Amino acid sequence: MARRLLRYGVLAYLAALLIVPVGMIAYRTFGHGLAPVVDALTSAGALHAAYMSILVCVLAVPLDVVFGVGAGILLARRRMPARWLVNSVIDLPFAMSPVVIGLALFILYGRGGWLGGWLAAHGIQVLFNWPGMVLATAFVCLPFVAREVVPVLEELGTEQEQAASVLGARPLQTLLRITLPAIRWALVYGVVLSAARALGEFGAVTIVSGNIVGQTQTLPLYVDEQFGNFNPTAAYSAGLLLAVIAILILLAMTLLTRKRAREHE
Amino acid sequence: MIEARNISKSFGDFRALTEVSVSIEPGRLTALLGPSGGGKSTLLRVIAGLEVPDSGEVRVEGRDVTRVPARKRRIGFVFQHYAAFTHMTVWDNVAFGLKIARTPRDQARQRVTELLDLVHLDGLARRYPAELSGGQRQRMALARALATAPGVLLLDEPFGALDAKVRQELRGWLRRLHDDMHITTIFVTHDQEEAMEIADEIVVINHGQVEQAGPPDQLYDHPANEFVMGFLGPVTRLGGELVRPHDIDVSTGRHPAASEAIVERLVSLGFTTRLEATLADGQPVTVQLTRAQAAELDIGTGDIVFLRPPHPAGAAAGLVPASRPGSARP
Repeated sequence: MARRLLRYGVLAYLAALLIVPVGMIAYRTFGHGLAPVVDALTSAGALHAAYMSILVCVLAVPLDVVFGVGAGILLARRRMPARWLVNSVIDLPFAMSPVVIGLALFILYGRGGWLGGWLAAHGIQVLFNWPGMVLATAFVCLPFVAREVVPVLEELGTEQEQAASVLGARPLQTLLRITLPAIRWALVYGVVLSAARALGEFGAVTIVSGNIVGQTQTLPLYVDEQFGNFNPTAAYSAGLLLAVIAILILLAMTLLTRKRAREHE
Repeated sequence: MIEARNISKSFGDFRALTEVSVSIEPGRLTALLGPSGGGKSTLLRVIAGLEVPDSGEVRVEGRDVTRVPARKRRIGFVFQHYAAFTHMTVWDNVAFGLKIARTPRDQARQRVTELLDLVHLDGLARRYPAELSGGQRQRMALARALATAPGVLLLDEPFGALDAKVRQELRGWLRRLHDDMHITTIFVTHDQEEAMEIADEIVVINHGQVEQAGPPDQLYDHPANEFVMGFLGPVTRLGGELVRPHDIDVSTGRHPAASEAIVERLVSLGFTTRLEATLADGQPVTVQLTRAQAAELDIGTGDIVFLRPPHPAGAAAGLVPASRPGSARP
């Protein structure tokens, strides 16, 4: 009896917190039928925002994969003096508000910043442009791949890699043929989580992008702008699109987990 | 010829090897034998190039290879826990070294087929390591190590993780394999029976140093010290000397060189009988008798017996002055 109460309690709580609000968006979005939604989503602004979101995501996630695998190998394999420090620095983006990350990048890459001046002199515009948005997004999503990969690498140990090296494999061959395939599931999870987070990123990107309509506006920024401009249909439609993407990603994760479980039987 | 000269290696505060020198004759099966933590695996890994020694050098055919990376040493290495490539099939595991060496496809296919045949895994090529038993996994690891026709085969406690019956089988099988291929082989074990059974040469390693090296019989009959004697077989103490329990002469009649003892227990172990007795000074002593000897003596608990070491006092334990440690063939 108590267990059943707990179960319904949890379900009700989940509903209140997640399902009802998302459902409300869906309800409001289609309040005037399908046509306005299609119009809203195919408007030039929405399409460009979607394009920017995808572009930033596609560029930022590989950066995080490279960093995450590198940091993961360092953390799992090397005895570093300041291991605890590196370990907590990797989690920094989890703890820090994205807005603060955006501000930090703004200061670093701005006209008077350490890197900004030099880059501007070489004709590279980072702020208010896609490179800055990619950097900000990559920073915010930094921990996902590393956090997925480290425990798997630790469990894997180094014997397989040693076996490969004795069989003549160079370090790069060992990485590509042994290490990466062995951690592939952790990598897939890390990538999926990073991609989900990247698509939804708002705080850091708002600051470094300048939110220039039709240029540096991503979907979340578009939602915010349309909402502020009393254009609820556009805001709800784009918002619902983001929610649907998130749900699809979660679904993909669930399917992958099942496939993985089967493979391990 | 593989030579390790004055190898020292520490891990933090732990000294795994101290000035170890060993020579390994080509074409032979050599065992590095010793208790856990004694340094034998570290020595094997230094020879393989998986560890770089703090000092000393490794020479193969006279060439210094101390700092040559493992992948260039043309060795086969079998790990205790198999180190199977878990995401590859048995076939791909065995073919790995050939693929890295860019062996032509047809040649590689033929070689892998041969090897899987050799290790009796021919029907399991499409399986993944997780679908194999421990013994099968270890045979796969062996085939993988042999694929590139290495000059030396190194095995680190190869049967340590297997149950007794499979271990016994693989042991005999490794010996036959070695007799067929004559590849210079070094294996690490803490099991003296395993070493005695299949090795041509045994190097006893303890506390990071070589205690003695030589053929199994020589080590058994003429151990350099009490450690080697105790490690290679059962021992008991009689008259201050370490002796083998089956070498003690037992009689019911008094003898000038014999020690008097009182029988505590007789344990029948099938073909042999274990006699447990206590000497006049209270020291326990164990004697191993054949069943016929025990029957002939016709003794029971509480009887007095007279125990004589195998040789006249002095040379009793069969200990010889320490042969120069480090040479596998003194």
